[in-house]
Amino acid sequence: MTADVELDGVTVRFGDFTAVENANLRIKEGEFFSFLGPSGCGKTTILRTISGFIDPSEGAVRIGGKDMRGIGANKRPTALIFQSLALFPMMSVADNIGYGLRVRGISKSIRQKKIDELLNLVALGDQGAKKVDELSGGQRQRVAIARALAVEPQVLLLDEPLSALDLKLRQHMRNELRAIQKRVGITFIYITHDQGEALTMSDRIAVMNRGRIEQVGDGRSVYDAPRTAFVASFVGENNAITGFITEAAEDYAVIEGKLGQFRGTNPLGLKKGACATLFVRPEALRFGAPENPIAATTREIAYEGNLTHVGLRAVDGSHLTVLLGAGEIPPVMDAQASFGFDAGRAIILPPQQDG
Amino acid sequence: MNARQVMRVMVGFYLVLFFAYLFGPLIIMGITAFNTAPYPTVIPFEDFTLQWFDILFRDKDMMIGLQNSLKIGVLVVLISVPCGLAGAIVMQQVYARARSLYYLVVVSPVLTPGVIIGISTIIFWKDFTGATGIGFLYDGLILAALGQSSFISAYCMLIFLSRLQRFDHALEEAALDLGASNAQVFRHILIPYLRPAVLSAAVMAFLSSFENYNTTTFAILSDKTLTTVLAGRVRQGSTPAISALAVTIIAITVAGTIVYELVKRREDARKAAQRRTAQDAERRELAAA
Amino acid sequence: MQAALGHPFVIALPFAVGLLFWLIAIRERQIGRIQGLSFFQRNGTAVGLFLIVAVAFWAVFMIVLPQLFMVEMSFRPKLPPSAMGGPRDVYTLQNYHYFLFGSATSSAEWNVVHIRAFWLTIIASILVTLGNFLLCYPLAFYMAQVATAARLRFLLLLLITPYWVNEILRAFAFRVIFSTGGLINKLLMGAGLLSEPIDFLGLDVGMYAGLSYAYLLLMVFPLYNAIENLPKAQIEAARDLGAPWWHIHAFIVMPFAKPGIASGCTLVFMLTSGALAAPLVLGGPRSLWFTPIVYDRFYQAFNWPQGSAYAFILLLTCIAFVLAVMRIGKLSLGEITR
Repeated sequence: MTADVELDGVTVRFGDFTAVENANLRIKEGEFFSFLGPSGCGKTTILRTISGFIDPSEGAVRIGGKDMRGIGANKRPTALIFQSLALFPMMSVADNIGYGLRVRGISKSIRQKKIDELLNLVALGDQGAKKVDELSGGQRQRVAIARALAVEPQVLLLDEPLSALDLKLRQHMRNELRAIQKRVGITFIYITHDQGEALTMSDRIAVMNRGRIEQVGDGRSVYDAPRTAFVASFVGENNAITGFITEAAEDYAVIEGKLGQFRGTNPLGLKKGACATLFVRPEALRFGAPENPIAATTREIAYEGNLTHVGLRAVDGSHLTVLLGAGEIPPVMDAQASFGFDAGRAIILPPQQDG
Repeated sequence: MNARQVMRVMVGFYLVLFFAYLFGPLIIMGITAFNTAPYPTVIPFEDFTLQWFDILFRDKDMMIGLQNSLKIGVLVVLISVPCGLAGAIVMQQVYARARSLYYLVVVSPVLTPGVIIGISTIIFWKDFTGATGIGFLYDGLILAALGQSSFISAYCMLIFLSRLQRFDHALEEAALDLGASNAQVFRHILIPYLRPAVLSAAVMAFLSSFENYNTTTFAILSDKTLTTVLAGRVRQGSTPAISALAVTIIAITVAGTIVYELVKRREDARKAAQRRTAQDAERRELAAA
Repeated sequence: MQAALGHPFVIALPFAVGLLFWLIAIRERQIGRIQGLSFFQRNGTAVGLFLIVAVAFWAVFMIVLPQLFMVEMSFRPKLPPSAMGGPRDVYTLQNYHYFLFGSATSSAEWNVVHIRAFWLTIIASILVTLGNFLLCYPLAFYMAQVATAARLRFLLLLLITPYWVNEILRAFAFRVIFSTGGLINKLLMGAGLLSEPIDFLGLDVGMYAGLSYAYLLLMVFPLYNAIENLPKAQIEAARDLGAPWWHIHAFIVMPFAKPGIASGCTLVFMLTSGALAAPLVLGGPRSLWFTPIVYDRFYQAFNWPQGSAYAFILLLTCIAFVLAVMRIGKLSLGEITR
């Protein structure tokens, strides 16, 4: 039996507030799956629903095909790593890691073996006797992971565990987390508002907004082929041009706005006359490109070595961003410039609902 | 002298006066304990003696009262610490509509004069034990402990509440998530977290019980405690033996305070060392990343 | 009205209120206004039972029922045990009538002695409270805002010891000082200022001095806790803006420390008006203080119903004081008892 995690029409309400609305998902065993969204989008609620701290108002959470309703957090095959880590300050590092085994009544000697094994896994071999207050941020992180893995969960749930770390360390820990997941081979469900984290670590990502799952897919598809305006603007930087569709075919459409007419892909098959937004990535814009030309003034040039950010103001006053690679020569400041983009790299989507 | 210096001198003067007022009477009383004069007096200081301590320790009533006070103190700790703990935990969980009434009820003993608590305790338990046939509970020591616990539990609850306010409830959830039962969470997480508060609540409860007079004098019925014996002696007339008792009590508190301070300093030093270790680890880690 | 049904009714009352809230909670959970785990789910059966039993025992059997029984008794006549539950055991206001007008056989219009003692107690308690506040505020401010960490620690240690000396001994210390053979008389006579000792205790000087000394420290700690939380920058900012020192205290520190002031004043008033030790030890036979009168109802007159009525009057006074403090300071009960 596989330990797939299945959300079947999960809705969670708190009083009049709907935190999660009709979530449907199947997370496969062994997957590194992320929920990505801004704070308050319901991702933590989903995590708590899976871990058993909240029962869904409607729908069901199934793990390995078994409905989890009525099964408490302490009886589920999941382990949760908290945002605050929630290490027990009254216990040593080893006792923290062994806690799950202790409450399962596992003998001391077996427990000790498992603790040593896990301490080695997270590279804390000689730190077992320390108090958690004596550890650095990264070490605490590792203890939390080891503690959760000790109970051999089928699913590990992580609630923004890296958010308290220093930036440099955070990037380091991303690789480490991914490596640990590969080694232990169980499902990781990861919550974050940081798209970089989600994109680098995950096999698949669910982008959430206002309690809804907007799109599910691997990093590339979420980034390159967003299916809602929210996903297009939340995941990575994007330039948005709004207008009406003046021409619609099966795979492309033409949108007309204040800046002129632009052609892009039409994945959702929007019809002529519909209000729509065209999204094009900064790296897809090229100076002097003949297709889909836009006239603008350069307002900002930020040289970052391998990349250059160019901020532009279009004739209608809207802001656009262009990202140039190392070989490309940026225009001069405050100059008129014309640039364009490949229609195949632009996506036309319905505008974001209610702002 | 500028205004700042004037201020400093005035503050110093005030502090000296305040502590003179606070300690003066106690010191004067203390001196009388060592004077051979049969009446507690400082002047004339006839001769140094320890005879009043001897008389004090031979005083049978005082010693019986002391034993009773200790018994009641232990009983009060055993009642108030659990009640205060339960009261504090329930306070955090009681649902909003009932919270203010609940708070009013359990905190009211703090604001009720001790005599009233003593009076109400004997009235209730006399009728209640009489009517239910558990007359053996109508006993001075038990009633004194119950009466004192009524408000000492509230003190304990306030101590626990202030510690609970800083409690990260994610710790409980983490333990649950790792498979602990609710009772295990309570034993392994909440109680150890509250342990320092349990200790200070117990000490506070015992001392409050030991020095209590107003509630005890009613609730003790025909039994006696150290304070009620003392009150009787003081009303009969002054003797330096009472001063000797005061000196003994003060000596014990001073010793206790010093021990407490030393323990606390060790604890602080240990915490500081932990913090330093963590900071070092942090630095090394950042350097390595 | 017959008093026989009083006790079952009084005992049922707190349980009925508890049950009512329980039912409301169940109802609100059904209609979805309360969510999350129920009490027993959250705590588990064993711990949940412990919590309920401990709190119920404390709140019902140690707080509510004793108070209710006392109030109930204050409306009953004093009867020999044989007549209890009989035809004469009816609710009556006679104990309160006695407080106001004295015994039915007395010819005086009012019960002057008791009423005067009552008012004197209240007024003196208010004065003692104010005096303690004035005395302790500078110290609390100094400890909270001015003193260095080391000095603060030292001052706190100094305060702890006298805090745990019980009130009878404190009162006794004042007797050593004020009695006719006491320190002050000896000094004055030794200096030739007096030929005869002054009876300070008979003049109640000792009693008032003892009362104002007894609960001094219960004013310091709440004040200190409250002022400690005031950011130093606020005071510095005000000083920077040229505010005079009294202005800083009256308009910045005191409003900030209001809950602490209220809680210190409430405690000191309650303890002073309910003080028994100082009046017993330091008061002369003619001294007027309300608590010893209550005491006498029980142990001299053996009239428990009347004593209950007097105790209830004292309790109402304290409640009135707390309410007044809350009203004046616009504070909640939680802020005062923190």
